[in-house]
Amino acid sequence: MQTNPFVIPFNLGLYFILIYAVARSVIWFRELSRPDKLRLQRGFFGKAFGQSLKEIFLESLIHRKILKTNPRLGYMHMSLAFGWFLLILFGTIEADVFGQNHLNPPYKAIFFKFFNPDHGKTFFEQGYSFLMDLILAFILSGLLLAVIKRFSSKAVGMKKTMRLKTLDKVALTSLWLIFPSRLIAESLTSGAYGTGSFLTGSLGSLLASFLPAREAAYPFWWLYSLSLGTFFVLLPLTRYLHIPTELFLIFMRNSGIRTGDKAGTFSEVEVHSCSSCGMCIDRCQLSSSAGINTIQSAYLMKAIRNSDEISEIAHNCLLCGRCDQICPVGIELSPIRMIARRAGNSENNYVNSWKGYFRSKQNVPVPKPDSKSSYDFLPGSNPGKADVLYFAGCMTHLTPSIKNAMTRILNASGLKWSFIDENGGVCCGRPLMLAGQDKEARELINYNSQIIWKTGAHTLVTSCPICYKVFKESYYLDVEVLHHSQFIKNCIDEDLVKMKFLHKRVTYHTPCELGRSSGVYNEPKDVLRHVTNLETTGFEDENSLCCGGSLGNIMLSQAKKRRIAADVTAELTRNNPDYLATACPLCKKTLAPLTKTIVADISEIAAEAIVLPEIKKNSERHKRHVRESAGIA
Amino acid sequence: MEKFGFSISKGRQIDWDSNDRRIADYIREREPSFKSCIACGGCSATCTTGNFTHFSLRELNILLHRGENTKPGNDIRKCMLCGKCSLVCPRGVNTRNVVFLAKQAFKKFDGHAD
Repeated sequence: MQTNPFVIPFNLGLYFILIYAVARSVIWFRELSRPDKLRLQRGFFGKAFGQSLKEIFLESLIHRKILKTNPRLGYMHMSLAFGWFLLILFGTIEADVFGQNHLNPPYKAIFFKFFNPDHGKTFFEQGYSFLMDLILAFILSGLLLAVIKRFSSKAVGMKKTMRLKTLDKVALTSLWLIFPSRLIAESLTSGAYGTGSFLTGSLGSLLASFLPAREAAYPFWWLYSLSLGTFFVLLPLTRYLHIPTELFLIFMRNSGIRTGDKAGTFSEVEVHSCSSCGMCIDRCQLSSSAGINTIQSAYLMKAIRNSDEISEIAHNCLLCGRCDQICPVGIELSPIRMIARRAGNSENNYVNSWKGYFRSKQNVPVPKPDSKSSYDFLPGSNPGKADVLYFAGCMTHLTPSIKNAMTRILNASGLKWSFIDENGGVCCGRPLMLAGQDKEARELINYNSQIIWKTGAHTLVTSCPICYKVFKESYYLDVEVLHHSQFIKNCIDEDLVKMKFLHKRVTYHTPCELGRSSGVYNEPKDVLRHVTNLETTGFEDENSLCCGGSLGNIMLSQAKKRRIAADVTAELTRNNPDYLATACPLCKKTLAPLTKTIVADISEIAAEAIVLPEIKKNSERHKRHVRESAGIA
Repeated sequence: MEKFGFSISKGRQIDWDSNDRRIADYIREREPSFKSCIACGGCSATCTTGNFTHFSLRELNILLHRGENTKPGNDIRKCMLCGKCSLVCPRGVNTRNVVFLAKQAFKKFDGHAD
């Protein structure tokens, strides 16, 4: 038997998806910017290629990252992806070795049992059948978990799972039908011919005992082929497009391409690589504390794919970056959200053409840049010269204790320093950026840059992680930018300031903008360990929580912010520490009203620990000390 | 004619029929906390921009509710969105979103703000 009409749906689907993949890749490659094209070419002939193959095996097939965080969910994904891969691989080998001729068309391998029903008689063939049955059993066990997950996500250790669109559900059903229909079709054929191994053989003989197996098998072979064909045709319209796209993503990322701040091929590939696994949903504090379940990154990706209205989803997010950390595909979720914010709410950048199979960039006329300055009222200023600048930031002006503590530490350090926004300066620009208003932010950045440049300082210390991030990343300045926790650490290391041990128990809350956003994890903890007993909380470093007060979310109501903050303080003060330490004025302001524990900034704790050296009377330093303790600046 | 320093003052009545309250409605609909403002002026007292200009969110709130949009339309762009006002607000008004929405509304309805 050479062929049979039932293979037609499978063949159509397969050739469709292959042609589609080629066309889509060509379009994406053409839309790449020139430097990215070069990166891709260099990556193809360089180390990146090998790295990508390894990563594809570990992440796309084995799903290592999911296995690490949630073994049951990881097993489910692994059994479906890796199992299916093995089934195709060994099926192809089987057809090549045991079939009538070599280099068969794909359908010969997929429907091998139908075309070779006698296969499995000899000892070696029986061994191979056993292997194939084992792989099928592996997939079916994962499928069982997947079905259970749809009805009760808690069974696989997830609190929430994705809500799917109708087409996704159709594709999901056809995916689910593939493996059971293969099982029954193979079993019935095996039953009729007395072949098959532990799974198909025993199920086959059982079914054959009361069914006309040979006739009954045929409709199931049709069902198998149809479900495969349907799945392939729907793949480009659904979340299952992540299966081929993720391979491109891994290769592009290893070649050194990054999301950047504009929408382009790479962000497109990232959006389509999201498998909607839903791990970001459980990780999101808006979901767990504030009961908001429509805006998580998986939903943002889904809305972008479907060209839905995304303004609300894009803005209703704390930008804490917890989802970036957990995403098993490694999609740069926060940068994509920032792109969506900058794009504004009015225009959709993409149109769906040809029934949604090809999305292409729409030529939206670029709005005329407004030449009118928003902040032309800002006065020119002439700051004095200094080596070290202290920029408190808006939020620190609302928490004067931090400002005063930093003044004490800076005075004790003996450095020549100047307080540039002592009388209330100008905002650093980051809050505008977080709202997607980069042009306005740039004006403030330029204004502040000029002041800093005029002082001729070499170091800029800031108390606010929000300012720290923008100074570090978006200002083009020739100064070393330090968060005050880093500055205090330097003072301790270089013995500029002496500090005593305070005998207090302290837990530390890592601010999002300082930790996940800027990668400063150790310095604050080192400072705290130097002066106190620092205790662990179970929410360390990348796993730290967001206080809820983030300026990243412009839409969240005060009540919901308080609910998040209440949950956070409850977690962090579980062992009743003396202080709940943080390194951000906004975190302090958000957390303090919701706990009986004293919430203190690192600078306050450090200032409390300062030991002033014995100083000679009437020296300049002594006079300053007396003035200071009398409260005269 | 000799000027004695007397003049006829302009009418100060608020004409609900001629005033345009679409902007206030747009904000209220999307940010309901805008309604709970008691015009205490805490926001204006702490304002970073207010340190340099006469920009006042309290005034803006009153004018927008009256439908007198010209001044707010020119002023709203001065806000730096730093968020100090939302931290001091005793009524929990999400002031950053109020300004954000006001900018959107001006763009949408009459183009006062860019």
